Amino acid sequence: MNKFDVLQLLFYAAALVTLAKPLGCYLAGALQDNSALQCRVFGPAERLIYRLCGINPAAQMNWKIYSGALLVFNALGLAAVFLLQLFQHKLPLNPNGNGPVEFWLAFNTAVSFMTNTNWQAYAGETTLSYLTQMLGLGVQNFLSAATGIAVMAAMARGLTGQKTAGVGNFWGDVTRVTIRVLLPLSFVTAFLLVGQGVVQTFKPAAVITTSEGARQTIPLGPAASQVAIKQIGTNGGGFFNANSAHPLENPTPLSNFMEMLALLLLPGACVFAYGAMTGGRAHARVLFAVMFAVWAAGLAGALYSEYSAAAVTGQAALMEGKETRFGVTNSVLWAVSTTAASNGSVNAMHSSLSPAAGGIALFNIMLGEVIFGGAGSGMYGMALFVLLTVFLCGLMVGRTPEYLGKKVEKREIQMAIIGILAPGAVILAGAALSCAVPAALASLSAGGPHGFSELLYAWSSAAGNNGSAFAGLNANVPFYNIGLAVAMLAGRFAVILPCLAIAGSMAVKTPSPPSAGTLPTDTLTFGVLLAAIILIVGGLTFFPALMLGPGAEQLLMYGGAAF
Amino acid sequence: MRTTWTALKLFICMSALTGLLYPLAVWGGARLFLRGKAEGSMVEAGGRAAGSALVGQNFSGQQYFHPRPSAVNYDPLPSGGGNQSPASAALAAAVKQRRALYGAAAPADMLTASGSGLDPHISPEAARLQCARVAKARSAAEIDIMSLVDAMTEPRQGGFLGEARVNVLLLNLKLDGKYSK
Repeated sequence: MNKFDVLQLLFYAAALVTLAKPLGCYLAGALQDNSALQCRVFGPAERLIYRLCGINPAAQMNWKIYSGALLVFNALGLAAVFLLQLFQHKLPLNPNGNGPVEFWLAFNTAVSFMTNTNWQAYAGETTLSYLTQMLGLGVQNFLSAATGIAVMAAMARGLTGQKTAGVGNFWGDVTRVTIRVLLPLSFVTAFLLVGQGVVQTFKPAAVITTSEGARQTIPLGPAASQVAIKQIGTNGGGFFNANSAHPLENPTPLSNFMEMLALLLLPGACVFAYGAMTGGRAHARVLFAVMFAVWAAGLAGALYSEYSAAAVTGQAALMEGKETRFGVTNSVLWAVSTTAASNGSVNAMHSSLSPAAGGIALFNIMLGEVIFGGAGSGMYGMALFVLLTVFLCGLMVGRTPEYLGKKVEKREIQMAIIGILAPGAVILAGAALSCAVPAALASLSAGGPHGFSELLYAWSSAAGNNGSAFAGLNANVPFYNIGLAVAMLAGRFAVILPCLAIAGSMAVKTPSPPSAGTLPTDTLTFGVLLAAIILIVGGLTFFPALMLGPGAEQLLMYGGAAF
Repeated sequence: MRTTWTALKLFICMSALTGLLYPLAVWGGARLFLRGKAEGSMVEAGGRAAGSALVGQNFSGQQYFHPRPSAVNYDPLPSGGGNQSPASAALAAAVKQRRALYGAAAPADMLTASGSGLDPHISPEAARLQCARVAKARSAAEIDIMSLVDAMTEPRQGGFLGEARVNVLLLNLKLDGKYSK
């Protein structure tokens, strides 16, 4: 590493810390609908939508009605993406003449974008029409992020509710988040990206003849609008197959910086929005600090692995799978950030990272996508770990645990445990199944521990709703298209529904003033405890699997073994 | 039932807004102010479309600067990398073969394939390494080719972002314009 590498890392961290809080306050204003300025600017558009749809955004829903609305709304998104793919050859905006998408691949892709995973078993430039990208995937990029933030808002309301069953209005939450936060941010970002060279056109692919007489087909399309929201909404589904490694999706170091910042900014802002909504601003600072610390530690480890492994392999730098314009440091920074957030876009191929760096990316996902995590989902996932921490500490001192002034009881802990353990169970069961099924093993591109890492990463990415991959794996086979779709659904809704259930049961409880037995949640001690519990739960669940994959591969690499 | 009906209406409204109006607005604005970039940063040479300044092409002739190895051989349909582990025997063999081609001093980028398979750039070291070969093939002075490479080297953006790099297509088009092929 040289001084420019260090400077870029510091600049990135400073930009993230500086911007997350103001955006968080703005987001809280949108969710609580208490900002006069926001109402003046966006009110007319929102009222038009409410009138067209017959929505009263002030009508409170209890947690069951809120969940029902969320499930129906998401099911419609799933159906729309699925049908657009099946019939794209009969619809407009398909200048490259792409045929219908194969049934199970279309199903996998529809689930993938509805659940904010954005796992890609297809190659955008050869599979999808421009209409499918815009009206199918693009819409879900917005709505899945808005859904995540809505759940976070419902949870914040439930935790602080004054003996009321209401946790908010799902329609109003989704509308306000989309119109006040996601659309303006995306619009500005998309323009800045076009300025760097990201394409935004409806022309068909350009065919040219090179100086040496070869023909090259250069794919085009409305990419900038999609890339902007894919980064902001922690979606991560690339317009092109190579995602943000593709020079038309991420052409310059500056576009790379903007896309990287967008990747962690909204998840970071969600923490502060949660703090503002629950009145726990100091608590939110502690949560942000825990996320930042685990992220920074992973980054340091991955950078160390990447730079020290170069000497072992006899290369000046590990540039396989990386772009010249970004270099090693920006590629590792992206890899660690995109897996800490449940974004999953890539600017370098994770399969070609040094094994330990790839392992850290994998572990980030396995921690439950709470190290910043997804838009909204990172914060509500983190809230489950907070409840667990409060509960364990309550057991230690023999008091009834409390959080935000309310007693945490059996039902909340049961729900929190389901939300924390479900993704991990799916990962381990799926990976074990893949090791036993010949059709699953046939998809691997490598043998030995790297092959195991490929399938472990695939299940983790799906269950964690991340979407990045060790892309050597051929995922476009029925086993993975169906299996990973189930994992994505479980990873999304087995966390969302327990969170809403907790919101519902906490909402009706009477708040009590803090007493001497209350564990303060805004202290350094609490932060350390929380980080320890996240790492211990993740570590205990996945240590054996991680050792069989990235661990073994790193040791074998140091030993000079190649396979 | 009422929920489903409301959900459907809101879904249609949101789809129109985020799936049609938003991309069309970005497209319209980009077309007005940034049309060249929005349409792929295409470059012309001698009146013909020579490619996109952002998408790498294959050059194998002695008179051209060569790009990095590519897992898709610079065919963008679809883009992608080789996904080999740095610990794999296949990558070690490929690196050895490329080192034989470009010499022991070859920088890492000439020994490895990029993630997109379409990397338009090589490092300044990789360009300087090829100057002697290109100069000989074009009967030009090596020092002139060197200074052309220096002139075509893009610095870190804003002085510190990313890496210094040379765009292979733009450099080769410059060569074709200045020297005999």
